[in-house]
Amino acid sequence: MISKLKKLKQSLSKTRDNIFGKIGRIVTGRKIDDDLLDEIEEILLKSDIGVGATDKIIENLREEARAEKVVDSEEVFSLLKKEMAEILEKNKKKSLIENGFKPAVWLITGVNGTGKTTTVGKLARYFKANGKSVMIAACDTFRAAAVEQLGIWADRSGVDFIKAHTGADPAAVAFDAATAAKTRGVDFLIIDTAGRLHTKANLMEELKKIRRVTEKVIPSEHIFSKLIIDGTTGQNAVSQVKVFASAVGCDGLIVTKLDGTAKGGIMVAIAEELSVPVDFIGIGESIEDLQPFDADEYVEALFES
Amino acid sequence: MFGELVDKFDDIFRTLRGAGKLSEKNIKDSLREVRRALLEADVNYKVVKEFVKSVEQSAVGEKVLKSIEPGQQIVKIVHDELIKVLGEKAVPLAPMDKAPTVYMLCGLQGSGKTTLSGKLALSAKRKNKKPLLVAADIYRPAAVKQLKVLGDSIGVEVFSLEGKKPPEICLEAKKYAEQNFIDLVILDTAGRLHIDEELMEELDQIKAKVDPDEMLLVADSMTGQDAVNLAEQFHQQLDLTGVALTKLDGDARGGAAISIRKVTGCPIKVVSIGEKLSDLEPFHPERMASRILGMGDIVTLVEKAQDSIDIEKAEKLEKKLRKNAFTLEDFYDQMQQLKKMGPLESLVGMIPGMGKALKGVQIDESGMRRVEAMIQSMTPYERRNPGMIDGSRKSRIAAGSGSSVQNVNLLLKQFFAMQKMIKNVNKFKIKGLPKGANPFQM
Repeated sequence: MISKLKKLKQSLSKTRDNIFGKIGRIVTGRKIDDDLLDEIEEILLKSDIGVGATDKIIENLREEARAEKVVDSEEVFSLLKKEMAEILEKNKKKSLIENGFKPAVWLITGVNGTGKTTTVGKLARYFKANGKSVMIAACDTFRAAAVEQLGIWADRSGVDFIKAHTGADPAAVAFDAATAAKTRGVDFLIIDTAGRLHTKANLMEELKKIRRVTEKVIPSEHIFSKLIIDGTTGQNAVSQVKVFASAVGCDGLIVTKLDGTAKGGIMVAIAEELSVPVDFIGIGESIEDLQPFDADEYVEALFES
Repeated sequence: MFGELVDKFDDIFRTLRGAGKLSEKNIKDSLREVRRALLEADVNYKVVKEFVKSVEQSAVGEKVLKSIEPGQQIVKIVHDELIKVLGEKAVPLAPMDKAPTVYMLCGLQGSGKTTLSGKLALSAKRKNKKPLLVAADIYRPAAVKQLKVLGDSIGVEVFSLEGKKPPEICLEAKKYAEQNFIDLVILDTAGRLHIDEELMEELDQIKAKVDPDEMLLVADSMTGQDAVNLAEQFHQQLDLTGVALTKLDGDARGGAAISIRKVTGCPIKVVSIGEKLSDLEPFHPERMASRILGMGDIVTLVEKAQDSIDIEKAEKLEKKLRKNAFTLEDFYDQMQQLKKMGPLESLVGMIPGMGKALKGVQIDESGMRRVEAMIQSMTPYERRNPGMIDGSRKSRIAAGSGSSVQNVNLLLKQFFAMQKMIKNVNKFKIKGLPKGANPFQM
């Protein structure tokens, strides 16, 4: 746990230095006034938290100050942390691993280039490391060599792998995989799907079909749709969550690429507006850099100065 | 594309238009809305600030206050400022005037480099140039394979070397190109973080070895505030010559375009708007600005129409229309031509005013496919003489197209209604039929 926190802090250090570190400097030894709040607003907006969520956070801070609960600007700091953690935590759910379903199916969805295939590889390793048997299914039959790419990940983590040729019907692959997962009695079936922009109605229909067909073998409540969000994405991520959720449901998010200078403030915007929790975050290239999301830890790491 | 931002401005300026003359206060209100809209569109905070300031400076002037239609004045000012930020005019990619010309692509993971490589190769091929794709991503599993499959699908050679570092691969590729009369070398590098010093250094080495004619940053149009950081870093390291914006067929407001343009000063040269390898377009700042302001993009639409519509066929059709001889066959031809222009959603988005009117309306292209299937299930004779399609023919057509007799009836009913309409137009002798009046010809 300690080392995990350390790694997280290290990964997020860029943001901390560039953005949130600044909050520490700004709030030290100052009275709360409009200028201070404006500066905090700027910082939040610059981290993709979005106009809506930022307004709400600022409004709450302002009210607290007005009610004279907060006199010292130092307290703004901890209040801000609390505020953000609260927003991020409101959708928190039970354990991701022990859910009592066998097999539990994770349907991995998302727009192009968010890192679905890589995440599937890492998830497989994660579940396996936690003593679970895992099968992965390559339902991205559209992108050239996607199946091969996933195959390499399957080899690396030594898990069962179900595939078909490029161009095959992804729903048929999902059906085969679900049947095989049930027969072999694995704990987790992870289905990788092709990237699709949520604005393409026909591709969203294809995704619905994958879920529908899987439900013929696996009860619906055992199927968890997970949306992969690129951590560098801006406000469009909110619309992604909405559309994917209405198509195949969305039980949780996996936010990738948080090891750059973007730190996924969009998670706050999503949590503020929608009731979807963040399950995992990706903070590096290596296979163990996929971590269960912990709001307190995340906020702590961001604000540590 | 940019649809939601368009809606925002629509709302703002509607209230402005009703306001009569501009007051200091309603400029302020609209500017606050402009700022908010741009921020929600992921335009970088700093860029927004500067933008709003420059709009304010131009707007609060006497000129605006005296003007009769203040709303339009503001629209024009915002529009002009947007164009200024996006770059005054379209800048094309480096010409393929020496063999080999080298385009080097770089960007974050998942920004769409490999797909764009394929698109660039295909567009070079269509200009009768010989492209070479170079697999310089040795890190991601199966990345080389992906490029090879892509190359195969468009008949373009792919260069790869096993066990070599990317700078050597690229250098060898250039040598190979020189010896094999290749016109365009496209270096598809691995995705990397802009703060990964080691990998950024690698790009530097590649650049030093091959001396590319075009150094393109490939950026995802959905990128948030961070667009500024990554663009700055890539630009610092590599001295970019241009930017390619991908995934613009989504509903991202695309503010990243404005941010990247602003911080790098590099022109956005191409935009990528679909998964098909032919979906590549040059970037036109003035069109994009118009689009942002809800003025539609009629220029692109007309260009697309010119590209896809067969003039001869169109003239033939015009004659037929005059003679009331419009048949299902002609109807089918028209549908094919329309389809060549690209996905209907993107076409509709370009029509001025339609973006707002059709918000949330999903254009059902499968409906079009159903109609197509039904017409395809008819004999040529039936297509030319739809009046003779009787009950038994209808059920055959329905079975053949996987449709129902009701649907066939509906199609015929609509078609006859259309024929009648054309007849009426001719009857009233509306001074011939101007080209623009053909509902299919746009």
